[in-house]
Amino acid sequence: MAINESCCCSAEEEAAVQAAINDFEPIRTNLIPILHRIQDELGQIPGWAMEAVADKLDIPLADVWGTASFYTMFDLKGRAKHIIRLCESPPCHITGAKKVLEALKDELGIEPGEVTEDGLFGLELVSCFGVCGVAPAMIVDHQVYGNLTPEMVPDVIAKYREG
Amino acid sequence: MEVEAAMKSKISALNLEAEVSLFDTGCVGTCDLGPVVIVYPEGTFYVKLKPADAEEIVTEHLLKGRVVQRLLSKDADHVEVPSIFEHPFFAKQKRIALRNLGVINPESIDEYIAVGGYASLGKVLEMTQDEVIKLVLDSGLRGRGGAGFPTGRKWAFAKAVEADQKYVIINGDEGDPGAFMDRSVLEGDPHSVIEGLAIAGYAIGATQGYAYVRAEYPLAIKRLQIAIDQAREYGLLGKGIFGKFDFDLEIRKGAGAFVCGEETALMRSIEGMRGQPRPKPPFPAVSGLWGKPTIINNVETLANVPAIIQNGPFWYSSFGTETSKGTKVFALAGNINNTGLIEVPFGTTLREVVFEIGGGIPNGKEFKAVQAGGPSGGCIPASLLDIPLDYESLQKAGAIVGSGGLIVMDSDTCMVDVARFFLEFTVDESCGQCTPCREGTKRMLEILTKITKGRGTLEDITKLETLAKAITQTSLCQLGITAPNPVLSTLRYFRDEYLAHVVDKTCPAKVCRELITFDILPDKCTGCTICARNCPTHAISGERKQAHVIDQSACIKCGECLVRCKFDAVVKV
Repeated sequence: MAINESCCCSAEEEAAVQAAINDFEPIRTNLIPILHRIQDELGQIPGWAMEAVADKLDIPLADVWGTASFYTMFDLKGRAKHIIRLCESPPCHITGAKKVLEALKDELGIEPGEVTEDGLFGLELVSCFGVCGVAPAMIVDHQVYGNLTPEMVPDVIAKYREG
Repeated sequence: MEVEAAMKSKISALNLEAEVSLFDTGCVGTCDLGPVVIVYPEGTFYVKLKPADAEEIVTEHLLKGRVVQRLLSKDADHVEVPSIFEHPFFAKQKRIALRNLGVINPESIDEYIAVGGYASLGKVLEMTQDEVIKLVLDSGLRGRGGAGFPTGRKWAFAKAVEADQKYVIINGDEGDPGAFMDRSVLEGDPHSVIEGLAIAGYAIGATQGYAYVRAEYPLAIKRLQIAIDQAREYGLLGKGIFGKFDFDLEIRKGAGAFVCGEETALMRSIEGMRGQPRPKPPFPAVSGLWGKPTIINNVETLANVPAIIQNGPFWYSSFGTETSKGTKVFALAGNINNTGLIEVPFGTTLREVVFEIGGGIPNGKEFKAVQAGGPSGGCIPASLLDIPLDYESLQKAGAIVGSGGLIVMDSDTCMVDVARFFLEFTVDESCGQCTPCREGTKRMLEILTKITKGRGTLEDITKLETLAKAITQTSLCQLGITAPNPVLSTLRYFRDEYLAHVVDKTCPAKVCRELITFDILPDKCTGCTICARNCPTHAISGERKQAHVIDQSACIKCGECLVRCKFDAVVKV
């Protein structure tokens, strides 16, 4: 994985990153909170933002990248507008996550790890996020959907297509 | 949400705001019955509500005092259960860590104080540090996050070390598939956890605490932050608590790395590094966060502490068994009627949990096994249903209490497939630092995949066992050390299933795609053509009103025909 070099950031994006950095004391322990903020604001952590963080915290860029890339919630590539995270852990698996996955693949026309052509949806398989009481479950952006059946998939996706 | 909105508008329409307090609570543990409403003080338990039902509860119950019978929960014989206290799901439970869940409003410190909250902290500050530690030791409380180490002993280690700064940490990086008690406690009773941590801080001499909570739990983080702010406002966190003690607390969000639940990895993550574990010793109690003595306690462990202080150590140790004192929260998930959280005294049998509290297996299927302790644990087969749930008995059976996840599996579950799934989880979540875990688990997964595809050999089973032993003996942290457990325990109890896959090339539970075929029974097939029309690969042919046939070379085994057939003519063999 390479650093996303795209530098075509808008003035707002740059301001958001600066604000995120300046809100924290520039010490190492705040690296992950700063990255969280950038991820929330921009939906990803681009290379130029990492450089800005590295400058402010006075640590090597490689170190920032090394830390950011360790954690799955930081998106260093810039993927889709909506990320669908389907749980593939055993409680969901034995209650039918496999069939839900098939329905998602059919509906979106992509495999896990891919993004739809229009850039609207990314599909990921993730580990347990602790809503096993309503397995099988998935999270779209920050919204949890539980007790899923393959039949429910088209309706959920349609909601996001309509915006 | 809609139910709440409906209730709220009805309550205000009838001007009942002064008499009725409506609030969101944490999960009461009955996820399968949701949405639910509980009306106190009677504890009337309404389940599976729709917005219109909510209005009826307000007009009938709250206004006229008449219980709405049709919305009550029903027991196994379909008889209405009058209150939550008599519901079979709750009757066998003893709720200590979960004592306030569903009872108080988690966003109100006043309600927490009204049920005795923060009194334990006040009491503790009148005691010496050693007295507090002795009290926790006497209670027999052991760490609820997995390892089961005596909490008091951990505290004593950290207290004994001289240092200018010490830290205490809440481990809320719950990640075991099938476990969600820490989320529920943080969402439903965050003040208990804060109070427990402050008590731990006083006992070891720490003035700064951290709460490490996984980012996947946004509501838990939000409510914990509200609770911290309220506690600061009331002077229960910050400088001069009860005029005697300085202690403050900060939340740190995880970022999607299971391994950060391991305490040394967790501390690195707080320091702003990659969350990779380091060898122990030194133990965190001696050298932890930034090299200072640090105690890391699990959410559930800490939630027990104020109750133990309040009621005394011997009250707590009166529950449970000789070596496993108190109660444990278990999360019921998988193929079970009542999914959700339960809290029972240690020593309660698995049968009581699955069949009495859990309501048994849905759809008339048979119980096959339960996976206890998530990916670090093992399975317990039907022959051991009367096993008491405690640290020692589970360990003897090849499983662990772990964080308390119980994944129930019915007769349609293939144990080789389940073992493969747990290993897939470990492979995904391995931090990659040490070779046995990074490479070894991958090789084990490859072998298991090969077996589920029907290409396994007897030698593969031996290889699995050799690899498992090597990984357990040489991995750096508990994630690696325990990773082979699901494979070892399924091999121990379900070896015949492995052999069926390897020798007979069959999957007894009919799960592994490569080992099953779909057939049409000619005497049952009416030739309705529904299967042929729905087959995605056009593998089914036959004339109308004639028996159909599946072309096995074109069949992708999706099972669509089996689902569609109305005459039970399609079978899986």
